[in-house]
Formats: sequence, structure tokens, C-alpha cells
Amino acid sequence: MTIPTGRKVIFYILLIISGFLVFAPTLMAFAMSFMSNKDIMTGSLPTSLSFDNYVRAFGQFPLLKYLLNSLIISLVIMLGQLILSSLAAYAFVFLEFKGRDLLFFVFIATMMVPFEASIIPNFHIIRDLGWIDTYPGLTVPFFAMAFGTFLLRQNFKQIPKELREASQIAGMGDFKFYLTVVLPVARTSLLTLGVYGFLTSWNMYLWPLLTTTNDNVRTVQIGLKQLQTQEQLNDWGVIMAGAVIVVIPTLILLFLGQSKLQKGLTEGALK
Amino acid sequence: MGQIDLVDISKSYDKQKNVLDEINLSIEEGEFFVLVGPSGSGKSTLLRMIAGLEDITSGTLKISNEVVNHLPPKDRNLSMVFQNYALYPHLSVEQNILFGLNAKKVDKEEQQKRLIETAEMMGLSELLKRKPKELSGGQRQRVALARSVVSEAPLCLMDEPLSNLDAKLRGQMRMEIRRLQKRLGMTMVYVTHDQVEAMTMGDRIMVLNDGKIQQVGKPITLYNEPANLFVASFIGSPKMNMGKAVFHADRNQLVIDDALHLEIDPVINNVPRYPNVTIGIRAEHLYPGTAENTTHVVEVINVEQLGNETLLAFEVGAEVWTAKWPGQWDVQVGEKVPVHIAIENLCFFDSDTGLLIKPARAGKQQEVVTA
Amino acid sequence: MSMNSTAIQQTPKSQINFEQVKKKQRMKNFSKGMLFLLPSIILFSVFLFYPLARTIYLSFFLTDAAGATTVFVGWENYVTMFTSPIFLQSMKSTFLFVLYTVPITIIISLFLAVIANEKLKGIGFFRTIYSSTMGISVAAASVFWLYLFHPSMGPLNLLLNAIGAEGIGWLTDTSWALFAIAITTIWMNIGFTFLILLGGLQSIDSSLYESADIDGAGYFYKLRRITIPMLSPTLFFVVTVTIINAFQTFGQIDILTQGGPVNSTNLVVYSIYREAFVNYKFGSASAQAVLLFIIILLMTFLQFKFGERKVHYQ
Ligand SMILES: Nc1ncnc2c1ncn2[C@@H]1O[C@H](COP(=O)(O)OP(=O)(O)O)[C@@H](O)[C@H]1O
Ligand SMILES: [Mg+2]
Repeated sequence: MTIPTGRKVIFYILLIISGFLVFAPTLMAFAMSFMSNKDIMTGSLPTSLSFDNYVRAFGQFPLLKYLLNSLIISLVIMLGQLILSSLAAYAFVFLEFKGRDLLFFVFIATMMVPFEASIIPNFHIIRDLGWIDTYPGLTVPFFAMAFGTFLLRQNFKQIPKELREASQIAGMGDFKFYLTVVLPVARTSLLTLGVYGFLTSWNMYLWPLLTTTNDNVRTVQIGLKQLQTQEQLNDWGVIMAGAVIVVIPTLILLFLGQSKLQKGLTEGALK
Repeated sequence: MGQIDLVDISKSYDKQKNVLDEINLSIEEGEFFVLVGPSGSGKSTLLRMIAGLEDITSGTLKISNEVVNHLPPKDRNLSMVFQNYALYPHLSVEQNILFGLNAKKVDKEEQQKRLIETAEMMGLSELLKRKPKELSGGQRQRVALARSVVSEAPLCLMDEPLSNLDAKLRGQMRMEIRRLQKRLGMTMVYVTHDQVEAMTMGDRIMVLNDGKIQQVGKPITLYNEPANLFVASFIGSPKMNMGKAVFHADRNQLVIDDALHLEIDPVINNVPRYPNVTIGIRAEHLYPGTAENTTHVVEVINVEQLGNETLLAFEVGAEVWTAKWPGQWDVQVGEKVPVHIAIENLCFFDSDTGLLIKPARAGKQQEVVTA
Repeated sequence: MSMNSTAIQQTPKSQINFEQVKKKQRMKNFSKGMLFLLPSIILFSVFLFYPLARTIYLSFFLTDAAGATTVFVGWENYVTMFTSPIFLQSMKSTFLFVLYTVPITIIISLFLAVIANEKLKGIGFFRTIYSSTMGISVAAASVFWLYLFHPSMGPLNLLLNAIGAEGIGWLTDTSWALFAIAITTIWMNIGFTFLILLGGLQSIDSSLYESADIDGAGYFYKLRRITIPMLSPTLFFVVTVTIINAFQTFGQIDILTQGGPVNSTNLVVYSIYREAFVNYKFGSASAQAVLLFIIILLMTFLQFKFGERKVHYQ
């Protein structure tokens, strides 16, 4: 199957124009982060490029600390989600017990409860636990994840039941089978889910806004908001530098895992 | 050791319909026992109950004279080979073979010793570092066998292990499995839906249909003296030719499907006098007629040349019968050919119950003349 | 001999034991299943089910600033909510916002997915570009658009000026602000929606297209008769997710407009946030949260009920 040249040209034109439009805001931010304030104010093309904005962003704000916090929080959430989801998915696929289907239905139902609808008592719980401004307060509420359980369940179901049976005959227990067979065999979907979990945790906004009051555990997203509110009037270059720092890790992750993510998410969503 | 007894074993998944019904069976030590039947007849279920992978609804299962109904698979001291091989895709051949020994915490030295022996025996020594997806179908099959061999369990269960292989490889593996079993002296319970496999491999065969035992016996017994119509038509290829038979005492004739008339000598032939009789005759017993012994002339509707033999199909009433003639015969479709049908080669079945009334006179077993 | 007799005696005893063994095994299976599920169940209970129940409970009370209940007021929070012009405005804005964002997001993403599904050289690059907005956080995206919407320096107004039109007060004009938030949101959504739709397109069996080619079907005919119908389960999913996301919008508003001007972008989650964490009126905020929950539940339900019928499953 070959595409006629005429149509090819049309497609490339469409692809390039759309690509430019979609990417323009990001591109603009990148460019501005290297431009001097004067160039930005006058709206001219950059006359000189420098890292000044980055230096100042890091100098004026504990950005490094925020980045580290975000990294820790995202990694912990990611791991927590992977562990809890895979354990639950294992039970739903490989174990047979009374009430399993009912429980699965309950898990699915939790997807319909928006976090925002229960955010008030959640905040109070974290406060009463003394978890404001702590890593647990920022991570633990997100460990249990219906979508992740669902996605991994779809994937585990493709593992032949005979693998479990062969291991039963060999005398291997469930937990060991989960660790030594299921997890390695399903590592691609675990990776997908991990990337997805990391992305969403890194980009979390409302919850860290509520539960962080000082720089100790503040995430980079909230840091960016602070940077923006304080610098708004004058220094767009610095703000954009901050924004670029925020998006770089996730963009890299996305560029690396785009095709896997697409496959994994489609599978979880649709099968 | 390694002897299995099934006493009144039944299985039901939905508590209504029995998938297996009152199975009574005893499998001897060192025996190659084949479970054969059409798909859905309950073979896998029975095998999995022996393995402990499936609950036993009622009845008693004994292995080596011990009741094991309640024991988990690992305590039954057996190994199993699955239809899809159940190889762990992320482990190498070596790790796959040693998987069970690791789980059972056999010590490393012993593991290596057995690994080397088994790999040697199965011709896998060169492949130990490969992953399953880098192996051909036959090699995967061999790894699955090796896993079973290395366990040194006295009892081995196999569920259609050859059905994913092509015909040629299947023939070769049949022989290999058979030789392996004899060499290691293990008791084998082997499930297949393929009657040729059953006939060629089994010391004894059990035919299962719809959850009920049809017949248990040596392959040749099943072939010569099928206990009922189901076994008669299931065992043997081409399948046994059948027809409704009516005995006319006045004319001393047996009329098959209102079409084929057989003369009967009432003195010699003891034809069963049942109201509804179905007769069966093997394809190789529909001999080519000679000038002296031709009993019928039939019109050939299909010819299959197999090289060493020729299959001729013709109509008998509503049925199509097949004759198997040794050698090559130059017969055209539509041609009329003489055949010789002898009463003593007929099996008689009760049409109502399907049970055998009288077998054909035993197939003449030929003796090997040793010089 | 003696061994034999004991064996015989044991048989009936072991018969009875089977039932017990089975029961024990069932118990064991159950507790094993629970063990695997326990972490999730506990966390769901603490951070989802209990808070949901608590929200409903709180919605019938007045509270102090710490969130403790003070006076039971019955349905009053709800009555106040539905008679408050600010909240009614908030509901209206929210529904308008959903109406703006969902169809446009889907149309744009579908277009991108269709053109990115061609087998052309370098297509991977374009796919990465189109999915890139998924990797951009609310905070960063809002900052980008804050500049784009800037009244004097913002590229959008510069562009308008360049073609001789008057600049727009994107974030300060009551008739434009909600639209500006919608544009930001659509842009942010494109990445994820595109990725899912592309996955849906790629899972369509290529033999369908091949047989259509043999029949001589044109590009748009195939698009209409094969692609869209076969994609409908994916579309269905994407629509549901986009709607739910739209109802949960928060970050864009917090950075771009803080609900203004004159509450025109005070969408429901922002309204809850303000009521609870700025005004410390947890009771009435909870009533709003309950409403949000019901709306989303209803949306999902309606989607399933009406969407599914039109959906074509393979
Ligand atoms: N897990 C199960 N649940 C319900 N019915 C089953 C299950 N496994 C098998 N069956 C039914 O039991 C019967 C026998 O199945 P099986 O033992 O797999 O047959 P075979 O191996 O001879 O093809 C079939 O009718 C099948 O539908
Ligand atoms: Mg089977």
C-alpha cells in the first residue's frame, strides 16, 4: 500500500501546521526562558540568548528543593500505586474466593468518585493525622488506584492460567508466584502504569496547594505558582524558566514512553 | 507406587449437571494410560482432578493407596505437561527446567546434576540459555517434557501435549514420549482427543464420552471388540462402517439398511435375534471380490489413493461405506466393483442400548516368524 | 494385616474430614484474597469511602473554622446553595465550560489522530509533538497561556493588533474569560485524548481497509464508514473522561483568573475550594461537593446508558 504523492504532500502540510500550532505555546516558553527581559518587553525576536533567567530562578527560589520534593513524592506515589494495584489485580485474576466479583465492582465504582468531591474530609483527615507538610500526607491518599488495578487486571488476564497451575504443582505459593512470575512477565504494563502515575503525580496541583504550607515539602508546581504571583509584573523570562524546569522531566518521560503509554492506556481503557 | 485409584468420582461445576459421572478406574504402576474422547467429554477435568487443580465433587481419589482428595497439587508427587507447555516466558530454558526444583528447595548441586542429565536426555544441552520465544514448537515441547522428567516424580500427567505440533513432529514426539516413559518407568496418564495417538501410545486406553466411561482396555481390544457403538465409531480410521440390519428368517437373509442383502447359513452363523440390530464392519474387511467369492457388486462414488492402500467409498442405503484395499487399485468413480463381505466379520450391536452383542471373529493376529 | 484394618477404619473418618478441609480451604482462599486486597481496601476506605460519607454528613451542618460540626441545619445548605445567585452562576459557567471544551477537544484530537495515523516517514515525531501537552502540568500550561493572554505583550493580542483588530481582555472581560480558560483546557487535554484516539485507530483491523481498497472506496468514505464506527468505543471512553475532567477543572482558574472577573470563571471545584478553604464554610462547601459527585455520577451513568447503544463493539 503506497500513498499517492499528492496526498502525501497534503498530509505533511497538515501535520506540520498542526504540529506548530500544538507546540507553539511550549516553544514560546522555551524561547522566552533564554531571552532577556528587554527583548520580551519590546516583543522583538531574541537578540541574545543566555541562561540568566535560569540562574535567577534558581537563585531567588528554592527550586532545587521543590524539584527534589516533587521527585520524591512522584516516585513514592508511583511505587505505591504499582504495589497496591498489582496486588489487587493479582487477587482479581489468580485467586478465587467468595465476594471477589462484588469487590471488583466496588473497585470500579470508586472511579466515579472524583477526588475533589471528598477533598474537604480528606484535608481534615490529613490534618488530624498531623500529616500537613509531610511526605505521607502528599502521597498515601493516592496509593489505591482503581484505574491501575483495572489496567493490570486486563494485562494479568493474558497470562496463561497454566503458568499458575504449573507453579502450583511445583509447590510455589501465591506471593512467590506473584513476585517471581507475574511481575516480571507483566513488566511492560507495570512500566506504562508507572510512567502514567509519575506524570499525574508530578503534575498534581490542588492537593499540594492545600497540604503544603512551607518550603520543606512544597512541590515544584506550587513553587511555580508562587514564582508567577511574585514576578508577574516584571520578569517573564524568569517565570518561563521556572515553567520549563517544571515540564522538562515529564516531557522527557513522555517522549521516551509515548508509544508504550499509548498502547498501555488504550488497552486499559478499552478491553 | 504411582498407582491411581478413582472410586465413584463425579464432578460438577454448577451443582446441576455432572461433567464427570461416577468414574471408577484403576491405573497400574508403570502403565501408559491414555484418556481419549471427543472434546468436551471431560478428559481435562478428570486429569486436573488427579493433579489437584480441580476440586473433586464426590468420590475418592487414591494415589499409592492414600486418599489424596484434600491434598494440594504439590503434595501429590506428580508432574504435569500442559497443552500450551506453560513455559515461563521470562526465564531461560535452564531456569524453566529448574523452576520446580527451586520451588521445592532441592540443593544446588543436585539441581545441576539432574539438569545436565535431563538436558542430555532431551537433547537440550545447546539451548539452555535461550528464552522460550527463541525456540521452535518442538523444542518448547521438549523443555516442557524436561521439566516433568527433572522432577523425578513417579507419576506424570499430560494434557494433549502434542496438539500444537505439526503432523510429522507429532509422530516423532509420540515415539519419544513413549520411550521416555518406558525408560524412566513412570506411570503416565495421557489425555488426547486423537484416537490414533491413543492407539499408538497407550498400554491401556479409556474412552470417555459425555462424562461417562465407554470402555477401558488394550488398544487392540477396543479395536476388535468395541463395547458399544460410540467406541466402534470413535476408534479406528477410517471409521467402522455401520448400518441397520434386519434379519429375515424366512429367506435366511440379513438386510442392511434396506439395501445390502447377506445370505446366511442358519446352521453355522449364530446371528443374534434382536429386534433392532446395528451391524458394523471395518473397512479392511470389505475385501476385493474374486471370481469365486464376490458377494456384492457396488458402485464406487469416491476413490482415495494413499499409495500403499486404496480407499473406495460406496453407498449402502443412506450410509456411505468405505472399503480399504491393500495396494494400488485402478478404479474410476462410477465404476462397479466386486466386493466380498463375510458374516463373520460383522460386529452386532443392540440399536436401542448401543451395546455390543457379538464382536467380529477376532482379527487374525499374525505371528512374527523368527528365523 | 493390622495396617490394613487401620486403613479401613480411617476411610469413613477421612470422608467427614473432606468437608472440613474444603471449608478450611475456602476460608484460607478468602483470607489470602483479602490479604492481597487489604492495602487497597484500607486506603479506599480511609481516603475515599469515609470522606465521601463524611462530605454528605457535613452538608447537613454548620461548622466552625476547624471543620467540626456545630449546628444541624438539615437541607438548609442545599436550599441556600440553590437560591444563591453566585452558585447558580457557578453552575451555569460550569455547564457552559463543559459545552465549550468537550466537543472541541474531541474534534481537534480526532483530527490530529487521523492525520497522525498515516504511515509516513517521520510520523513518530509528529505523534510525540501532539501528545506533548500531556506532559505539561496545569501550573506550567497556565503560565504559558497567562502570557499568551497578556493584554499588552501577549502574542494573541499582538496578532489581533497586527490584523487591525482591537485587543481582547481575555482574562478580564466577563464575556471572554470563561472562553480563555476553555482554550487553555482544550490545549492541555489534546495530548491525552490524542494518544488514546490514536491507540484506538491503530487497533482497527487493517484488513477492513484492505478489503475497502479492493472495493475501490475513497479516503473519506473509509473514514466515515470504517474509521469512525470502529472507533466509537474509544470515542465513547474519551468523551466520558473529558467531561469528567472538565467538571474537575481547578488549576487553570487558580492561576489565570481566581474565579473572576465577577465570578464568571468560578467553576464548581473552584467554588468548593473557596467556600471551604477561604471562607471556612465547610457545610455549604460540602453541599456543593455532594452536588458535584451526583453530577459526575449522573454523567457517567447517562454516558453509559445512551453512549453504549451507539457504540459499535468489535
Ligand atoms: N471451569 C469450568 N467451569 C464450568 N464448566 C467447565 C469448566 N471447565 C470445563 N467445563 C465444562 O466441562 C466439560 C468438560 O470439559 P473438559 O474436561 O475441558 O473437556 P475435554 O478436556 O475433554 O475437552 C465441558 O462441557 C466444559 O464446558
Ligand atoms: Mg481438554
